[in-house]
Amino acid sequence: MNRVLGKHGWTLGLLALLVLLFGITRIIQPNFGASGLDSLSRAALPFAFATAAMVIVVIAGGIDLSVASMMAVAGVTAAVLMEGAGTGGTLFAVAVVLVAGLAMGALNGALIVVTRVPDIVVTLAMLFVWEGVALLILKAPGGTATPWLREMIVGPLVFAWLPKSLVFLAVCLAAVWVPLKRSKLGLSIYAIGSDELAAYRSGVSVGRTRIAAYALCGLLSAIGGLTLTMSTGNGEPIPGPYLLASVAAAVLGGAVLGGGRGALLGPVIAVFVLRLVRMDLTLASVDPNVTTIVEGTIMVAVVMLGGVLAMRRRRA
Amino acid sequence: MTGQEAATSLLLDARGVSKRFGAVVALRDASLTLRKGEIVALMGANGAGKSTFVKILTGALQRDGGTIRIRGQESSARSPAGARAAGLVPVYQEPSLIPDLDVADNLRLGGTPVDPFRHWVAELGIKDLRLDAMIGQLPLATLRILDLARALASKPDVLLLDEMTAALPTDLVERVLKTVRAEADNGRSVIYISHRFSEISELCDRASILRDGATVGDLPIEDRVEDKVVELMLGASLGSGEAPAAQARPVPEGPPSLRVRSLAAGRKLTDVSFDLHRGEVLGVVALEGQGQDELFDVLAGLDRPESGEIEVNGSRALFRHPADAIAAGHVLVPGDRAHGLLMERSVRENIALPLVARARKWGAIRMKDEARRVSGAIERLQIDTRAQGEVQRLSGGNQQKVTIARWVAKGVETLLLFDPTRGIDVRTKRQIYLLVRELAGQGASVLYYTSELGEVAMACDRAVVIFNGRSVDTIEAADASEENLLRAAYGLTETADVPA
Amino acid sequence: MTQAESTALARDPALKRIARFLGDNPMIPLIVLLLLLVGVLEFMRPGIVNERWIANTVKFAIPLAMLAACQTMTMLTGGIDLSAAVAATITGFVMATQVPIVGVPWAIVIGLIPAILIGLVNGFGVAFCRVHPLIMTLGTGLIGTGCLQVYQRFVLSTGSVVPDSLAWLGTGRTWGWPNSLLLFVPFAALLIWGQKRTGFGRLLYALGSNETASRISGVRAWQVYLALYALSGLVAGITGLLYVGLIRAPSLSLVNPLMLPSVAAAVIGGTSIFGGRGGYSGTILGALILTVLGTLLTLLQMPEGARRILFGAIILVVTTIYVRLTDQR
Repeated sequence: MNRVLGKHGWTLGLLALLVLLFGITRIIQPNFGASGLDSLSRAALPFAFATAAMVIVVIAGGIDLSVASMMAVAGVTAAVLMEGAGTGGTLFAVAVVLVAGLAMGALNGALIVVTRVPDIVVTLAMLFVWEGVALLILKAPGGTATPWLREMIVGPLVFAWLPKSLVFLAVCLAAVWVPLKRSKLGLSIYAIGSDELAAYRSGVSVGRTRIAAYALCGLLSAIGGLTLTMSTGNGEPIPGPYLLASVAAAVLGGAVLGGGRGALLGPVIAVFVLRLVRMDLTLASVDPNVTTIVEGTIMVAVVMLGGVLAMRRRRA
Repeated sequence: MTGQEAATSLLLDARGVSKRFGAVVALRDASLTLRKGEIVALMGANGAGKSTFVKILTGALQRDGGTIRIRGQESSARSPAGARAAGLVPVYQEPSLIPDLDVADNLRLGGTPVDPFRHWVAELGIKDLRLDAMIGQLPLATLRILDLARALASKPDVLLLDEMTAALPTDLVERVLKTVRAEADNGRSVIYISHRFSEISELCDRASILRDGATVGDLPIEDRVEDKVVELMLGASLGSGEAPAAQARPVPEGPPSLRVRSLAAGRKLTDVSFDLHRGEVLGVVALEGQGQDELFDVLAGLDRPESGEIEVNGSRALFRHPADAIAAGHVLVPGDRAHGLLMERSVRENIALPLVARARKWGAIRMKDEARRVSGAIERLQIDTRAQGEVQRLSGGNQQKVTIARWVAKGVETLLLFDPTRGIDVRTKRQIYLLVRELAGQGASVLYYTSELGEVAMACDRAVVIFNGRSVDTIEAADASEENLLRAAYGLTETADVPA
Repeated sequence: MTQAESTALARDPALKRIARFLGDNPMIPLIVLLLLLVGVLEFMRPGIVNERWIANTVKFAIPLAMLAACQTMTMLTGGIDLSAAVAATITGFVMATQVPIVGVPWAIVIGLIPAILIGLVNGFGVAFCRVHPLIMTLGTGLIGTGCLQVYQRFVLSTGSVVPDSLAWLGTGRTWGWPNSLLLFVPFAALLIWGQKRTGFGRLLYALGSNETASRISGVRAWQVYLALYALSGLVAGITGLLYVGLIRAPSLSLVNPLMLPSVAAAVIGGTSIFGGRGGYSGTILGALILTVLGTLLTLLQMPEGARRILFGAIILVVTTIYVRLTDQR
């Protein structure tokens, strides 16, 4: 029991914080209920996928600044392909988006490995490139999302308190994370982030593992972009504020910038914590712009805290 | 046995291995042979090419020339994984386990079978190891044992142990030595790298000695083999006739300018004490990794001591930042020039850096004053400034002169020189010795760590010897023959050879 | 791998010599590139290159070059300032909306304060929390934008005025030369002098080149970072003042379109994104090149998306070339 607490203490603490925030929400808005939960969960979807994408490269000891831009590319691609598409067309669109995500991420990773330019610079450049690609696909918000696909994340499933979007999130993340965590690739990703030299000496192919981590990051970003189109009903070529949010949620969720540590559950809970803070501020009828400031300040503070923690860890 | 048979019974046969890095020749002609069931000590003084040879054997570096055969098969391992597959499994001094994964995951990562691993862990004397323990939370000694157990579990033909017993408590050392011997008797071969003669004479069958990148001897272990080994490691390359006759210089009178007592820092530095006086050059003699790096870092303000005292001119000093150390007159010339130089900046900017370091010097630079100081320092050190646009274009010797010139331009009280002549030409070395003596003559105190033992007699007044993180001896320059120093550095003058 | 390639480079003296020559004279290829682009432009639209066009190009290149000064200074230490455009926008907007309330001089002072504040927060995060400057400045930029939107609510009724003096400076011309040169020439001269001949300038190069060596030499890095990012905020603020004079319509996204080009200008100008190399003179040429390139792309009717791809690709390619030539990593 104690061991479990020690290993997952951070995540459990976050969970407690989340429950506390739900309590506060009930106090501010006594009739907060199943529909409130549904909209919270739906709003959190793209953030959650962006964070999951970021977490994987952070565990591998890197960072991907192009997450939000890749989401934009995926979102507009989906919206354009689904314009007037039937069931087959929609499935085709989803497949194209997922493959495109993998390809974009793999390209990021390959450029880092081949050019030997630091990840942060490569992905900064790619941030602009993917942003441009999204704009080329769609100049202004447009396209559509197939209605049955949209329905997948609207409303409850079986129980009134179980939003479909939450199930969708859990299924998608589990489909990527569970096999990964059990595979040698997953271990290798942790290994190169934790100690690259030791990983190399243990026989891990560092370059290939890094490319795979970025490819998975691209895949999850693409799913995030897809959910964005699913929830708004059209494609938006200008990337949303997902970059900083994903870094902050990853750090708040217990992933250490610098690599080797972290899992998916903590950061996803962190996403919900950050979303709920925003929702509470809105419910308390705080000016939405003030809400943005508060949110931004929390995120910057979290990243700064993460920096201090990473520095301590290097010293130790 | 005919020659043919002898060749095939060799498990490992490396011949004429060479390797160069740019203009620097790291290995010229290194060889090593291992028969089945044999334990061979690979020995060499600092800079002899030992670590390069090990990296080539384990596939971390590619050789330029020579052959390596394992079981008669040409080995062309391009990575550690390749060498492992060929049957050569190393255990490095730094454990190659992933700190953020637990034991079981580390085994899965390297494809190590669990049951044999458990067997070896128990055999080596670690009880109650949990497979879900995080590597990062285990003590170093345990990690080294786990690393060894992991290597043994993969049933290697050749086991390479690099300073295996460092950081181990005495009881574990005995277990390890016993297990290694037993495995050798079962037909495995072992390459054993150690600084501890007592273990080598207890465990090994032969010793292969490297000097200046070439294998210079292969001796069976017998009584008094230490003398021969020391002789071979030194060679005739630094004949004593070359060195200026060391004169006995008395310890300067008066209180010491730097007094260090029972200093401990990090894992390696445990208990070092010495006095350094104005006008004195105190050598530091130590094999690699005996705590000298930590000692210099603490004295230069790069690291903080865990315990012990530093007194500068009679008052206690604690340096939180190199700027504090510099204010107290302590200036460092680091061992790795890449840590000391602004490689893409000019000679002038490098030398003038300490002059602008403090916030009140942020304003306009008095260019004439700076030029005067810089050119004064350049002249004094005779730096070849033909390629002064970027320091990285200078030769190693000139680069080293720039790191020293920086402090000459600023003014020196206590100069901390960490192996200042590593990898530079003979002429520059001489200039550095002369400069060090000259600075001391002008009243500076100099602490001088060197990996070339012959330098002690040439540049220092006396030398403090550090072994296993402790200062174990002080040798006067007059007695500082290389043999004496090497024996002291190997702890051979000590009664207890095993860490407490 | 690094080893193998560096020896390969050494074996090819011609390539190395060219790399060295260009490293020593980074301005030559830049000037050639600039003239080449102007030539292409003239070829596509004969007669377009005249006195008026040159003055116009310079006029638009100046705010870009000034914003790129923020990137140059921070990049010399291995950092970057992605909040510079936001800081500039805030200064421009706040100043213009404060003019009706407190008058021009005070409005300028009030406008510059938030820009410096943003810089100080950046400096704090970089110096003490060791957050990567990219993430830190991205975050403060986001917060700054939020603050500006809140601020806008309070000044909706007062309206905004762009002072005549700034409009004169931003758009006016004297004897055919843009007036903004009056601000820019001393600014650029101060920067180019300061980067080599002040202690602070030297430390920027030193920290970017080798932080360990700087530490050993007694440099307290936090002091430099704090001052540097505050200075970067101030320069961004001044850019905002000039830019609002040029555009004459303060908005919430006033200077934001210059963000990406400002990074690209510094990178093209030969300032290494890893620090320790480069300088402001190259950045000025970089800003001119990008302005001319912008005209060219407009003539070619290149869509905005393709422009961004091009800028991103420029940053990546130039950086890769630097890594290869200098073998830094």
